[in-house]
Amino acid sequence: MTASATPESIDSPEQLPQWQLFWHRLKRRRIAMVGGVVLVILYAGALLAGFIAPYHFDRVDNQNFFHPPVWPHFSGVHLVVTRYESMPGSFVYQAVPNDTAPVHWFVRGDKYDLFCLIPASIHLFGTGDSKYPIYLLGTDQFGRDVFSRLLYGSQVSLSIGLVGILISFVLGLLIGGISGYFGGWADTLIMRWCELIMSIPTLYLIIALRAVFRPNISSVQIYGMIIIIYSFIRWAGTARIIRGMTLSLRERQYVLAAKSMGQSNLKIILRHILPGTFSYVIIAATLSVPYYILGEVTISYLGVGIQEPSASWGLMLSAAQNTEYMRSFPWLLAPGVAIFITVLAFNFLGDGLRDAADTKS
Amino acid sequence: MLTFVLKRLLHMIPLLLGVSLLTFLLMSLAPGDYFTTLSQNPQISPETIAALKAKFHLGEAWYIQYYYWLKNVVCGDFGYSMAYKIPAASLIFGRLWNTFLLSFVALVLAWCIAVPLGIWAAIKKDTWVDRFCSLIAAVGLSVPDILLALLALLFAASTGWFPVGGAQSPIHDLMSPLQQLWDRIHHLILPALVLAASDLAGIMRQMRSNLLDTLRADYVSAARSRGLSEGWVIYKHALRNAINPLLTIFGYSLSALLSGAFIVENIMAWPGLGRLTLEAFFAKDSYLVVDCIVLATVLLVVGNFIADLLLAWSDPRIRFK
Repeated sequence: MTASATPESIDSPEQLPQWQLFWHRLKRRRIAMVGGVVLVILYAGALLAGFIAPYHFDRVDNQNFFHPPVWPHFSGVHLVVTRYESMPGSFVYQAVPNDTAPVHWFVRGDKYDLFCLIPASIHLFGTGDSKYPIYLLGTDQFGRDVFSRLLYGSQVSLSIGLVGILISFVLGLLIGGISGYFGGWADTLIMRWCELIMSIPTLYLIIALRAVFRPNISSVQIYGMIIIIYSFIRWAGTARIIRGMTLSLRERQYVLAAKSMGQSNLKIILRHILPGTFSYVIIAATLSVPYYILGEVTISYLGVGIQEPSASWGLMLSAAQNTEYMRSFPWLLAPGVAIFITVLAFNFLGDGLRDAADTKS
Repeated sequence: MLTFVLKRLLHMIPLLLGVSLLTFLLMSLAPGDYFTTLSQNPQISPETIAALKAKFHLGEAWYIQYYYWLKNVVCGDFGYSMAYKIPAASLIFGRLWNTFLLSFVALVLAWCIAVPLGIWAAIKKDTWVDRFCSLIAAVGLSVPDILLALLALLFAASTGWFPVGGAQSPIHDLMSPLQQLWDRIHHLILPALVLAASDLAGIMRQMRSNLLDTLRADYVSAARSRGLSEGWVIYKHALRNAINPLLTIFGYSLSALLSGAFIVENIMAWPGLGRLTLEAFFAKDSYLVVDCIVLATVLLVVGNFIADLLLAWSDPRIRFK
């Protein structure tokens, strides 16, 4: 067990210095901090997706399928974008020389709802002229802006990890805590059930669970479904580990003291036993967020998750399934790179947390 | 040792029963079945459908269906695939073999690369070798299987060195046995490499940290102080103890391996169990889905069993517990 916050100190006034110490150790791990900063940027991007994205996620540009990425460049003091023209009957585009339009900040464009609440139409940047599109990462097979869809997709792909972790860890903590604390037949039953779930290869189990839900449900329902499915699977592993930790924690003196003072079992589990597992839980949670992100990506890619026209990283990546598309239009792999960066950032942060919590070294 | 093996084998029976019961229950909860689509076909009369349903006990409650299914499976009959119109057994075992082959080759590849690399990184701690290995590990742990498989396909398509998907070429049947063997290997290389790459990083990191832990142990210092050569100390004293926790990882990594195989099969058109599961899922061929899931579980459970045996063989404490 990692020992940054030993159980004895959790409820005592010395808690603050412990955490400060932890923070100092974490700050010294530059790579973990880089991971953390990248994640903050990514999540901010997801939160402000509508504002940062120059277009709406299902805005279709019938003239420009597979438009190559266009980056603004300086012409004098102004940022400008060049217009591209396609060769007739093909997806080969060529820049039209000296035909440019300036890039404006805070330009009016497609309508969207900021934070899913406030209707707005101001975008961070854009040309405001549909003849001069600004496709930072090109367009897909339907002429939709990949960069905008990437941002909107991150709302699904990034949030699913956090919500999933929350649900499965709360379940795992409670069930594991109860199982380890009480023991007996409840423990046996719960552990056999965990074993059952864990002995089915994850993706096969997901397919079986997916079958329970109707095939054509709305994207919001699918989002909920993915979280339910993954939480159903992932709590088992957490519960087993928490149970193991509870088995040793319940023999500690402070638990015996709480017992002899007549505290209720539930209170002992919640206030005295589970806090002792928190340093493990935080690290494990950070390291398992990628599983949820990859989980959403996988099932959306396989065609049983988020459906068109909604955007998610897995769904977007399935456009690259066609090898010919992938060869000619490599920007379709952009969501794959985004997934890689996100998972890498989570792993760096998680490793940093673990090292910082590990006082042995 | 024999009682240990027997105990573990007996343990597998209720587990598999539970898994099949759970999958059966889940599939019976699924809205609509194969006949929902079939009944929309005007060419098929309702009587035919009713007869088919009766033949396969599909009108009955799910536990009765389960009873019939279980009875048949024990006799080696895995039911009938509605979508393929052939007995499921003839379909499933070829696919099971393909998945096993892919996973096994990937496993061997991953371990053969990861363990030496992990040892090397541990011995050369804090040198460029170590840093390079941890870079590979970080990238390997973070790159999604899907992206890797897609990149492999892209690589195959642009260089033409490897076939783009599939398990054998269309003219496979016309080849001589030797050509056939090479054809299969040629198709296997890329999917197995992709699958191995996703497994490799974890094993390497574990090997490195295990070896570093044992190198810090007192008995290693004692061995060194006796004047033994460094190579001997590492091989004879440190490495053997560092391997043990790795065998536990072996059991755990199998589940991830099979899920990885599921992805690789579906992207790289490898005709394995994962691909069949998804096809059967889309066709609402529920018996076939159950068969696939149960067999995938068998694969995992047997793999875990072997991992336990290896662990018991290398660590007497477990055997005699």
